Amino acid sequence: MESNTPIIRPTLVLLVLFTLLTGVVYPLAVWGVGQTIFPREANGSLIEVNGRVVGSELVAQSFTGPEWFWPRPSAVSYDASSSGGSNLATTNPALLAAVQDRIAALRSAESATSKDRVPVDLVTASGSGLDPDITPAAAHFQATRVALARGLDVGEVRRLIQDHIQGRTFGFLGEPRVNILKLNLALRNVQSHE
Amino acid sequence: MAPDILQFIVYAAVVTGLAWPLGLYLARVYEGGATFASPVLAPVERAIHALAGSRADHGQHWTRYSLCVLAFSLGSFGFLYATLRLQHLLPLNPQGFGPLAPDLAFNTAVSFVTNTNWQAYGGETTMSYFSQMAGLAVQNFVSAGVGMAVCAAIIRGFFAREQKAIGNFWVDLTRSILYVLLPLSILMTLFLVWQGVPQNFLASVTATTVEGAQQVIAQGPAASQIAIKQLGTNGGGFWNANSSVPYENPTPLSNFAEMVAILLIPAAFCSMFGRMVRDMRQGVAIFAAMGILFLGALALTYGSEVGGNPAFARLPVEQPAGNMEGKEVRFGVGNSALWAIATTAASNGSVNSMHDSFTPLGALAPMLLMQVGEVVFGGVGSGFYGMLSFVVLTVFLAGLMVGRTPEYLGKKIEAREVKLSVIAFLVMPVGVLGLGALAAVLPIALASVQDAGPHGLSEILYAYSSATGNNGSAFAGFGANVPYHNTMQGIAMLLGRFVYIVPMLAVAGSLAAKKSAPASSGTFPTHGPLFVTLLVAVILILGGLTFFPALALGPIAEHVSMLAGQTF
Repeated sequence: MESNTPIIRPTLVLLVLFTLLTGVVYPLAVWGVGQTIFPREANGSLIEVNGRVVGSELVAQSFTGPEWFWPRPSAVSYDASSSGGSNLATTNPALLAAVQDRIAALRSAESATSKDRVPVDLVTASGSGLDPDITPAAAHFQATRVALARGLDVGEVRRLIQDHIQGRTFGFLGEPRVNILKLNLALRNVQSHE
Repeated sequence: MAPDILQFIVYAAVVTGLAWPLGLYLARVYEGGATFASPVLAPVERAIHALAGSRADHGQHWTRYSLCVLAFSLGSFGFLYATLRLQHLLPLNPQGFGPLAPDLAFNTAVSFVTNTNWQAYGGETTMSYFSQMAGLAVQNFVSAGVGMAVCAAIIRGFFAREQKAIGNFWVDLTRSILYVLLPLSILMTLFLVWQGVPQNFLASVTATTVEGAQQVIAQGPAASQIAIKQLGTNGGGFWNANSSVPYENPTPLSNFAEMVAILLIPAAFCSMFGRMVRDMRQGVAIFAAMGILFLGALALTYGSEVGGNPAFARLPVEQPAGNMEGKEVRFGVGNSALWAIATTAASNGSVNSMHDSFTPLGALAPMLLMQVGEVVFGGVGSGFYGMLSFVVLTVFLAGLMVGRTPEYLGKKIEAREVKLSVIAFLVMPVGVLGLGALAAVLPIALASVQDAGPHGLSEILYAYSSATGNNGSAFAGFGANVPYHNTMQGIAMLLGRFVYIVPMLAVAGSLAAKKSAPASSGTFPTHGPLFVTLLVAVILILGGLTFFPALALGPIAEHVSMLAGQTF
């Protein structure tokens, strides 16, 4: 029975068939289904304001003005077409220097809260360089500065933060977090109503 | 801390709960039995074999089976290499990327054909959608299918009595894809799209940010590729930073599903093995050994990462979350550590955090898991047959201790099987220590190292462990995309794939031909705690002693200097 089964023809035929099946039919089929049932997600979870795309809720963008909440540092300058982290070793002096610079910059910006210790996520680069979230502690750390810059009540800004905290999924999966873009857009709405 | 532990427990429970029944289904698939999917898939299967002329009812001797594996892999390499070199002439290239350089195309083609998915390139800056879909994703399916087919054939060899054939490669390959990988991938894709992973053909989206800047956001048919890269222990990301990119892994739920997908099929091989050799206890014993090694590695990495970076201790920084450099807020340290262990226990290699920025001991466990040959669940198929090579060595050592010819599953294990298993075992030392040592002394190779001091050696060790182990994860600071490393890593990947496959198929062929040797009172039982302990010890002692000197100079030296406050 273990006579010579062919080798070359099955190799070529199966390669062509599997390329068609898994390389063309499969992605196109799930593309069709995905676009039909989850069109927003399948197209990048984009956020539009007045008909213009301002970003994706899943992708961090740069915020530098004092009136905005700032995202985590990005090793790729928030370039959403070239993701990446710093990849610096824990023992690399360049990492220590970068963190010290960020702490100094934050402490001078957050003069009112400069006695507080800085939450570590605000001074370390994320893995993707596009982390859309910060920890609730990191959001509260920035509340006073944002309130001052906007002439808002700090309590109101803190309430806004509380409203935007996403807890752990099912109470135990992942970490509590605040989406920066959504929080900042909400902040803009608060101001324009007053 | 407590939520992290709870996540680990739920993860272990879900993987076990899904993998065990999946393995019983796999046993039916590879024994040619009817499954619930057969009414639809059996006619497709028949049509494929008629077209391919595979002579599906003919069994193959292990030599023939090996030849088919090698021929199919060579053909795959040719297809993929040509696609990457010609992508500028092929369709679906909205960004207008040019062809890959010859050394990068060689490295990438070998990488995907060997189920490694080492990526010396950045997806969103290099690959056209056609290359991703019809080139890389196809290999994600078929290279996983090859590993599963080979493992099924090897398991048959362990059980067969006085037979020459161990299966038909074309049948096993086709069944792996049609009955297992494709249906699971479709489910997984839709789940991921629901969670926010894009599946479109837009070139990219240009957003005008809130502060008025322009942000170009890369898009593409990502979900379909991410599903199979997780399920097939491939690991190659659609985007450069892999599953840390929010588009590739948007939520804690997508993260959980992607982590389950890493270990699902590899763990299922344990119950498949138990069923196919008609003794579930044998599958349970191997599963237990894998589980013990997994938990030990997880404890080391998590324990090290959760403490944060000691270098920050003197700074005014709160580190309640632990070492966050290179990690995402939505995952935190718990899910990053769990993923790092899962992806290196299996030969997946996808990452949701940057291993290069892990604490030294946090990165040691993933490195060691790769160096012992990724036998802790391991690659789809490849992990299990790697583990079987350790099982052969373990029963041999046990036989030496009690002074009897070793037996496994009612077969005598003799010099031939032990020698072949030792050849498979030597692959990792040759690839990691041999090629790694070369890279550590040649100036042309050293130019790629990013960090000074012991971490630089860790980068080299990690890169060659990953390539030889067919893992694909990286210390990404290591500048791998240069002709020297593209070539040498390519060789390491070929070594790690085929110098495991052929000797283990030979072991299976040799065992299949043997008569059964009835168990006697002197037979060493290969289930139960004693055997599990011995198997774990053999893996740790053989693997550990081989790599300990190198690890002492890399991560361990770095750890000690870090505690002394030294930077490099």
